[in-house]
Amino acid sequence: MDRPIRVLVAKPGMDAHDRGAKVIARAFRDAGMEVIYTGLRQTPQAIVDAAVDEDVDVVGLSILSGAHNTLVPRIMDLLRQAGLDDVVVVVGGIIPDDDIPALKAAGVAEVFGPGSDLDRIVEFVRQAVRERQRIG
Amino acid sequence: MAVTVTPQQLIEALRAGDRRALARAITLVENREPAGEAILQSLYPLTGNAFIVGVTGAPGVGKSTLVSALIDAYRQRGARVGVIAVDPSSPFSGGAILGDRIRLAGSRRDEGVYFRSLSNRGQVGGLSRATGDIIHVLDAAGFDVIIVETVGAGQSEVEIMRYAHTVLVLTAPGLGDDVQASKAGILEIGDIFVVNKADREGADRTASELRHMISLAPQGDGDAWKPPVILTVASTGQGIDDLVAAIEQHREYLKDRDTLARRRRQLVERHLGELVSERLLAALQRAAGDRWRQAVDEVVARRRSPADAVRRLLSDVDVLAGLAREAGSGGGDPVEA
Repeated sequence: MDRPIRVLVAKPGMDAHDRGAKVIARAFRDAGMEVIYTGLRQTPQAIVDAAVDEDVDVVGLSILSGAHNTLVPRIMDLLRQAGLDDVVVVVGGIIPDDDIPALKAAGVAEVFGPGSDLDRIVEFVRQAVRERQRIG
Repeated sequence: MAVTVTPQQLIEALRAGDRRALARAITLVENREPAGEAILQSLYPLTGNAFIVGVTGAPGVGKSTLVSALIDAYRQRGARVGVIAVDPSSPFSGGAILGDRIRLAGSRRDEGVYFRSLSNRGQVGGLSRATGDIIHVLDAAGFDVIIVETVGAGQSEVEIMRYAHTVLVLTAPGLGDDVQASKAGILEIGDIFVVNKADREGADRTASELRHMISLAPQGDGDAWKPPVILTVASTGQGIDDLVAAIEQHREYLKDRDTLARRRRQLVERHLGELVSERLLAALQRAAGDRWRQAVDEVVARRRSPADAVRRLLSDVDVLAGLAREAGSGGGDPVEA
């Protein structure tokens, strides 16, 4: 049996609502994945600790606050320090196009803006996990 | 992620407090991978030191918040705490949203706490199939207290009895009358009853109703355990010290009466029974091959009753000879015909 993909859906920083994060969490669940949802206002360290404890394949970060340029590189650093270089990181939320290259350079696999097709996100994540497992 | 370390290395690392190794080991065990079995085998002699507390109750009574408060209370007392929180999987996709971490207090880092969310992976009874095995891993990793939070469907959460030394049954004011409580069968499984959200109206009434229901339950001999009813407000910590004291009392009670040893024996017996049926079934299916599928076909077509089909399979000498061969070789999950 294929083991289910485990995804951590996290909201770093000070966003006030998590509707988008919940929508994507449901989409992952409906695709057969096990989604650990951490709730609002998580510190980068708490997110990485959760990723370690829960042994996830994927971390999905939802950021609306505009603080992605600080939060995301910090989280990527901490993930590396924790030895989780092989976790697939995707970012969703309100991210200006100009900021995307830097996030990808920091190790983010893909960035999904508002209105992204849920099926496409799910398929991307599935594919990315499969590839990392092959390399692994 | 490929396993580039051996089970033995994982065990050494997790015993030394490496959380990533612990998390990996739990994944291997949960997915019943061969490496997971090897890990369990080596870890088993190191288990038996942890005290296991089960937390069950209907959705919304505050199980996760109470677990968070219990973690803090045990940490203050210097105990290392492992938590397994089980949520239901979707019957349609098999996926799950595991949201019990949300209530984990703050973002403090604490090496003395390990929290793992599990999907029940379609299993009824409030836990996942791997729960018992994962408890062993946490036990061997040196956690003093292991808290297991069940799905919380409210009814038939009896599985927790098989693993926990002390079962906490949570309720809250205004959740339904006493008939609900007796219907749910939770009165029988609770060692301690907790009325959470006790700052709400009706808490005292709920508590006295519970006490009444407990007093109606068949009593054991004179010094049998009488489940106490504790009032808490988990979100503020009110009543948590009383609850921990009650858990300690129950632990002492188990120790004094040797009940702990007896419970452990029962657990082991059931666990062995399950393993034997699982293995024998897999072996029989391999041994019977086409005859297994034929048996299924015949029952589907209603030419035979299930009991009759099984009788025939088990009186087939070829199948039995094959079974004797296969059963020793071990491994493998039952297949679907």
